[in-house]
Amino acid sequence: MDPTTEPIKAVKLRHPVRTAFAVVILLLVVLFVWDAATRDAYQWPLVGQYLFDRRISQAAVVTLALTILSMILAIVMGLVLAVMRLSDNPVLKVVSWVYLWIFRGTPVYVQLVFWGLLGTIYRSVTVGIPFTSVEFFTISPFSAIDLFWLAVLGLAFNEAAYMAEIVRGGILSVPRGQDEAARALGMSWRQTMLRVVVPQSMRVIIPPTGNEVISMLKTTSLVTALGFSLELYARTRAISAQIYATVPLLIVASIWYLLVTSILMVGQHYLEKYYGRGVAPQREPEDDPELPETETATETTGIAGGNAEAVPPPKREHQ
Amino acid sequence: MTDVPMVHADHIVKRYGSHEVLKDISVTVNRGEVACLIGPSGSGKSTFLRCINHLESINGGRLSVDGDLMGYRQRGDKLYEMSPSEVSRQRADIGMVFQSFNLFPHMTVLENIIEAPTRVKGVKKATAVATAFELLDRVGLAHKAKAYPAHLSGGQQQRVAIARALAMSPKLMLFDEPTSALDPELVGEVLDVMKGLAQSGMTMIVVTHEIGFAREVGDSLFFMDGGVIVESGDPREVLTNPKHPRTQSFLSKVL
Ligand SMILES: Nc1ncnc2c1ncn2[C@@H]1O[C@H](COP(=O)(O)OP(=O)(O)OP(=O)(O)O)[C@@H](O)[C@H]1O
Ligand SMILES: [Mg+2]
Repeated sequence: MDPTTEPIKAVKLRHPVRTAFAVVILLLVVLFVWDAATRDAYQWPLVGQYLFDRRISQAAVVTLALTILSMILAIVMGLVLAVMRLSDNPVLKVVSWVYLWIFRGTPVYVQLVFWGLLGTIYRSVTVGIPFTSVEFFTISPFSAIDLFWLAVLGLAFNEAAYMAEIVRGGILSVPRGQDEAARALGMSWRQTMLRVVVPQSMRVIIPPTGNEVISMLKTTSLVTALGFSLELYARTRAISAQIYATVPLLIVASIWYLLVTSILMVGQHYLEKYYGRGVAPQREPEDDPELPETETATETTGIAGGNAEAVPPPKREHQ
Repeated sequence: MTDVPMVHADHIVKRYGSHEVLKDISVTVNRGEVACLIGPSGSGKSTFLRCINHLESINGGRLSVDGDLMGYRQRGDKLYEMSPSEVSRQRADIGMVFQSFNLFPHMTVLENIIEAPTRVKGVKKATAVATAFELLDRVGLAHKAKAYPAHLSGGQQQRVAIARALAMSPKLMLFDEPTSALDPELVGEVLDVMKGLAQSGMTMIVVTHEIGFAREVGDSLFFMDGGVIVESGDPREVLTNPKHPRTQSFLSKVL
């Protein structure tokens, strides 16, 4: 045949093994679903009945609130811890290191139990001058804190340790020249961090942070450890104890967790897109026709930018 | 006042640990002059530039820009370290252009240029934008104001970087091998912008391997090797008739 520009017409390559594998999987899935649909232990009518139960949808909102509030706090704390770790100040460095050592080195569940006991441990705290009888006042610092906020604090303090490492990896991924260029322009350390370094590190920070949010959503189910029982998992367990039906309510809880996770994933997608601007391949903006064309030959040369290398995401270490 | 040199480096010493990178460097650059700095890799050219705007602090000697010591204040015969904000203020008056451009990739060309004037100097946004367009016009890139750096060629990026530095109305411009990272056919467009800048009276210190530029635009030339200035003088004189054997052997390789 003549090699012209005519479109290629060829017989598509077949993948018999792939096809057979897909058929087997499909069959297994169908079998499983059909079996599940007819199996009494699942108690599907109860699933339908409780899926939109007010108590459960309210508990889902509480779970979402726990997730978002503790993540916001954890991100802020993580940012502070990461900057402390990267600073020249040896005191701040050590403080940050010890924090990470403790909060990553002990299980969240254990930490949450501790948070729950704080009120008992610190029933009263007296402020005064040590080794004298001078006392100013006595308070019980944790009695006033609502269990919900205690749960937020407990989750955030643990998560902050992981966020600190993610943020640190992101900051280190920004090329040194960026920091230098900003300082050479007379920008202060604060301005350099907030305007130049941190926004660029976002591209590296957001994907693992998205994972952390989703993981946090599930970790909220552990806050019963400190006595809080209004979130999704505790609520569904309580109801199943009342009506003596475990499985259908577990399914209800799972559906809600999946729903919230899916919503969070959509949000993550848009955030990633926003912080990838100027780096991710995107259409070149049209030249502004109103402005005079002042350039000639070089316009057609499209050499990629010198400081736009893709940076690998930091390694993720986890619970 | 006009007698005060723009840059006065007096017996500068710079060490990294025990490694002495600059050994007794003395350089004077007067207002409106273009000084070119050449020398082999590792001779300390970049380090010297970075000492001038105090991105690195010096270990010995005195360095002043426009009559003011960089990074220190002298009272009697005692030196006091300046605070970071005072150092930032000093840097704001000195433009720097890097070999690797270092544009902020998450900002458009226009945002890159107005960032420092608005945040550091508190210039009104509208004023900063107007100035930015004037500068972009000057480097021939007004139509690229809304583009992100990644969509520009190397030569275009470097011209934007020059415009960004100029937006702070610096009294001194430092160039660290501004054309070394460029494809040969893009070098000319950047050198042209720099020539225009020199003609407008800007004081410039240029580290470069572009001997033609040094010969044509330079008012003085310094040849640096192993952390010392080996030879200096009028560029046309030094380049055609180098006295020192090290200058001779370096030039024979570059030319
Ligand atoms: N931050 C640093 N820490 C330790 N040593 C450094 C540092 N920066 C530079 N040096 C050393 O100082 C010496 C001079 O470096 P400098 O970058 O100033 O050379 P240069 O003349 O600019 O070379 P080039 O032409 O390759 O850019 C080199 O030996 C380099 O290894
Ligand atoms: Mg260099």
